[in-house]
Amino acid sequence: MNCDGVVRSVSSYIDGELEATMVQEVELHLKECRECYVLVQQTRLTVHLYYDSDLVDCPQEVRSRLQETLRRKIGKPRN
Amino acid sequence: MYCATLTIRSIQPGLLASLGRAPFLSTTNPHRLPSTVAREDEHLLVAAAKSGDTSAFEELVNRYDRKIFRLTMNITRNREDAEDAMQDAFMKAYSHLDRFQEESRFYTWLVRIAANEALMRLRKRRPNQVSLDEPLETGDDFIPQQIEDWGPNPEQRYAQTEMRDILRSVIEELPPDFRVVFVLRDVEGLSTEETAETVGISEAAVKSRLLRARLKLRQKLDRQFRQDRKN
Repeated sequence: MNCDGVVRSVSSYIDGELEATMVQEVELHLKECRECYVLVQQTRLTVHLYYDSDLVDCPQEVRSRLQETLRRKIGKPRN
Repeated sequence: MYCATLTIRSIQPGLLASLGRAPFLSTTNPHRLPSTVAREDEHLLVAAAKSGDTSAFEELVNRYDRKIFRLTMNITRNREDAEDAMQDAFMKAYSHLDRFQEESRFYTWLVRIAANEALMRLRKRRPNQVSLDEPLETGDDFIPQQIEDWGPNPEQRYAQTEMRDILRSVIEELPPDFRVVFVLRDVEGLSTEETAETVGISEAAVKSRLLRARLKLRQKLDRQFRQDRKN
């Protein structure tokens, strides 16, 4: 496998979705290519940094408006 | 408070009090399971809400509204649209509760409803989206040209708020089609199949967009981290 192959496979590789033979090919390449090794490590870390990350605050006024809307519309029991 | 003013009926005595003490699910791989949403009591609340207990539904709303707003903002990047999408998502979830078969977690079901609401608004604002699913060209600079490790833990180099600002500014630069798939798969933790069904594209397209999104984000983060090191 060459560098292009690793780039195309990196996502499936870090998700554990590659077939065993492909995993072997990727890992053989990673042993010899520091650029691709760094690419894989950094892509994995990128996914880790974003997972379940709270990048957006929900302002209290937005929550209050939601509560008010729901109270108005569903405060009464459903039919 | 909304809690006190809702009509409460048919609530089981002590249900909410006991729910407050329910432990979080344990997992050997907490990275892949949203820690704040995987509570054992969720099915009890859903069952109570299905039977018409509005206070149980209210508890679900209070538990997830911040996360659902985060999702709708991440997709639409427009606060008004995000708020509307969130409100409509909770309304739809409530009115369709009887259709929820509990084959997935309630939160996952809710995420899919909210993502649909957000996507409808995004598409309304951007009706002529060009397809981004052409084969990946690797002739560009996806492969690191300057090898520089981020170190064992770049999170430790930044304050939490600084890292948050970096992650937010970087993801905002992604084309919306990439961003939507990345948010559903890698922020919210939906499966490839769930993401495909929610967005209305094939699983192959999800994988393709996810690959591109991850590569672009890595590239942008790398530039940012390196620039910060120089300063």
